[in-house]
Amino acid sequence: MAISANKIKFREPQIEMAHGAGGIASRRLVEGLFAPLLFGAASGPLGDAAHIQLNGTRIAVTTDSFVVKPLRFPGGSIGELAINGTVNDLAVSGARAEAMVVTFVLEAGLPTDVLEAEVRAMALAAEQADVRIAGGDTKVVEHGKADNMYITTTGIGRVIPGVSVRPDSVRPGDHILLSGPIGDHGVTILLARGELDMEAEIQSDTRSVFPLVESLVESAGTGVRWMRDPTRGGVATSLNELARDCGLAIALFEQTIPVRDPVRGACELLGLDPLHIANEGQFLAVVAPEQAGRALEALRSTPGGAEARIIGEVREQPPACVFVTTSYGGARLVDMLVGDPLPRIC
Amino acid sequence: MKYVDEFREPELISKAGEEIRRLADRTRHYRIMEVCGGHTHAIYRFGLKDLLPSNVELIHGPGCPVCVLPMGRIDDGLSVTANPDSIFAAFGDMMRVPGTHGSPLEYKARGMDVRIVYSPSDALKLARMNPEKQVMFFAIGFETTAPSTALTILRAKLEGIRNFSVFCNHVTIIPAIRAILDSPDMRLDGFVGPGHVSTVIGCRPYEWIAQDERKPVVVSGFEPLDILQSIVMLLRQLRRGEAKVENQYKRVVPWDGNRAALRAMAEVFELRPYFEWRGLGFISQSALKIRPAYAEWDAEQRFAVPGVRVTDPKAAQCGEVLKGVLKPSQCKLFGRECTPETPIGALMVSSEGSCAAHYNYQHHKPVTIANAVAL
Repeated sequence: MAISANKIKFREPQIEMAHGAGGIASRRLVEGLFAPLLFGAASGPLGDAAHIQLNGTRIAVTTDSFVVKPLRFPGGSIGELAINGTVNDLAVSGARAEAMVVTFVLEAGLPTDVLEAEVRAMALAAEQADVRIAGGDTKVVEHGKADNMYITTTGIGRVIPGVSVRPDSVRPGDHILLSGPIGDHGVTILLARGELDMEAEIQSDTRSVFPLVESLVESAGTGVRWMRDPTRGGVATSLNELARDCGLAIALFEQTIPVRDPVRGACELLGLDPLHIANEGQFLAVVAPEQAGRALEALRSTPGGAEARIIGEVREQPPACVFVTTSYGGARLVDMLVGDPLPRIC
Repeated sequence: MKYVDEFREPELISKAGEEIRRLADRTRHYRIMEVCGGHTHAIYRFGLKDLLPSNVELIHGPGCPVCVLPMGRIDDGLSVTANPDSIFAAFGDMMRVPGTHGSPLEYKARGMDVRIVYSPSDALKLARMNPEKQVMFFAIGFETTAPSTALTILRAKLEGIRNFSVFCNHVTIIPAIRAILDSPDMRLDGFVGPGHVSTVIGCRPYEWIAQDERKPVVVSGFEPLDILQSIVMLLRQLRRGEAKVENQYKRVVPWDGNRAALRAMAEVFELRPYFEWRGLGFISQSALKIRPAYAEWDAEQRFAVPGVRVTDPKAAQCGEVLKGVLKPSQCKLFGRECTPETPIGALMVSSEGSCAAHYNYQHHKPVTIANAVAL
């Protein structure tokens, strides 16, 4: 089919911030404009990384841009995020990151020591994740045209043999695993911007999740049906994407979802839902019920996985929706995030 | 977490649900209005409707300040800050509320300096930090937020900060409740009274509802147990044929209110002769304006405000929903043209707006969810 024949559904007159926030507007842009023109008829469900066959080896490719304000925040910085974010996108597609290329967009006037600190952070994160930086590119834009610096990383990885994570393999009865407490990164950034007069003992969860993914895959094998790192838009958005892609219901048990007290407190005060807050060091997995217990054990015995939990299960009804049940029998829908989470006051 | 978990204790919540079922007369249908948007949000968020018997119906009231603000006010506020030397500051609640040419967030994406602040004093801080800019705080809210706006204006005067102003949209809750009760198509049995407003005004201002209208009022907190206990208290009164004002939220709400807050409000604000409420129309003496003594910090007096009036789209039935005559899902636009992402009426914008709450938490046929939960 000729590409021009593909239907463009995106009809909005201009790009708004919400189109980059990872929620429903982002999805509309990608599915309505990028996918029909760029991926043609071949596009299936959109995952974290693309898989291609090269001489019989399955390779995963992904790319991600990092724009974060402030550049440094408790627990991490843009440089570290740029490496771990791409390592994680590869990891949740079932691949071990092998090499990366890096693009810097720098704003004229950026102090060299700020840049150096970020490059050092990248080198350290790459070393820890055992990934080689194979090349890169640099552009400098006029002062005022970028928030100090933007970084894009593109990574390739080798898919772990036997792993196949696809939303269409998800079945009713499957369990939803979460690697640890949610919301740490998003709340840290919100507070680090200094616009809210609030402080909390909290830091970003940014890290490579590959060691956890590896032990999950080793223990549950083909029982691992689907994985995703719930970054922008949070757990709610990732699971809504899954629900839409597989056409099933995701039922979450509210009391099992781990949220640290400072994050809960900040969310209560600001009127935010932790399920909508970004994470940079957690992942979600759908695992077949027979393997779920073993998979959880394996995650918990891996360093950094002690707080992993089963937070819900896949059900047949109602189709394509995510809901949370409370311990006292109430239920509510969990929708995708619209735009950025905004604090609510009155 | 302290002060939260105690009020979400599953066992106590189940007990409160049982007590409601025991107290509710099966031959009767109860219509109870929760006045405050915060309650509406909590009711949906915690799935409290699932715990109530079908003959105890909760009607969402007008207590969402974002929802009752007419679109013309948003246009006016945005027009004042259109020049490049201005900063438009507002609570996050306002950011997605559409004006004729877009929401503050859309103006921001187009290059206007729009800031989200957590309190009016943060807006004043912006003025201190940006002396070359005019900072305008777009003030919204009932008596809950009005005192902090008043204190901020007093502080601006004390410090002599001249590049700061307030576009005042503060409204008062009592006239709105009166408008609802005066509405001929409204039949209510009682009110879950607003908790945060009452921390400022206390419980006395509701006494006429009990005495003259013979409807019970229970001022309530916002946790699941608070709301359920308030419903229990209302049902007990109704069972005994009583109508009085009770305070369930004693841990926060003093019966006589917060005198210091009321003093600050009285110093800075006076009542407007009338104010337009979205969905309810013009209500006399229902909103606050800044007194002439503080005109220097009043954006409406300092700048040329066009005074735009925008009528809501005819198909939208915000007024009926706001008054509790229609349920959100009964509006023709609900979930079709009007969604949280492309809101037509303001009830769809704020997460406390009954339409947004209903959409976010329930629009997929609540019955199927309830069934799925039971499975």
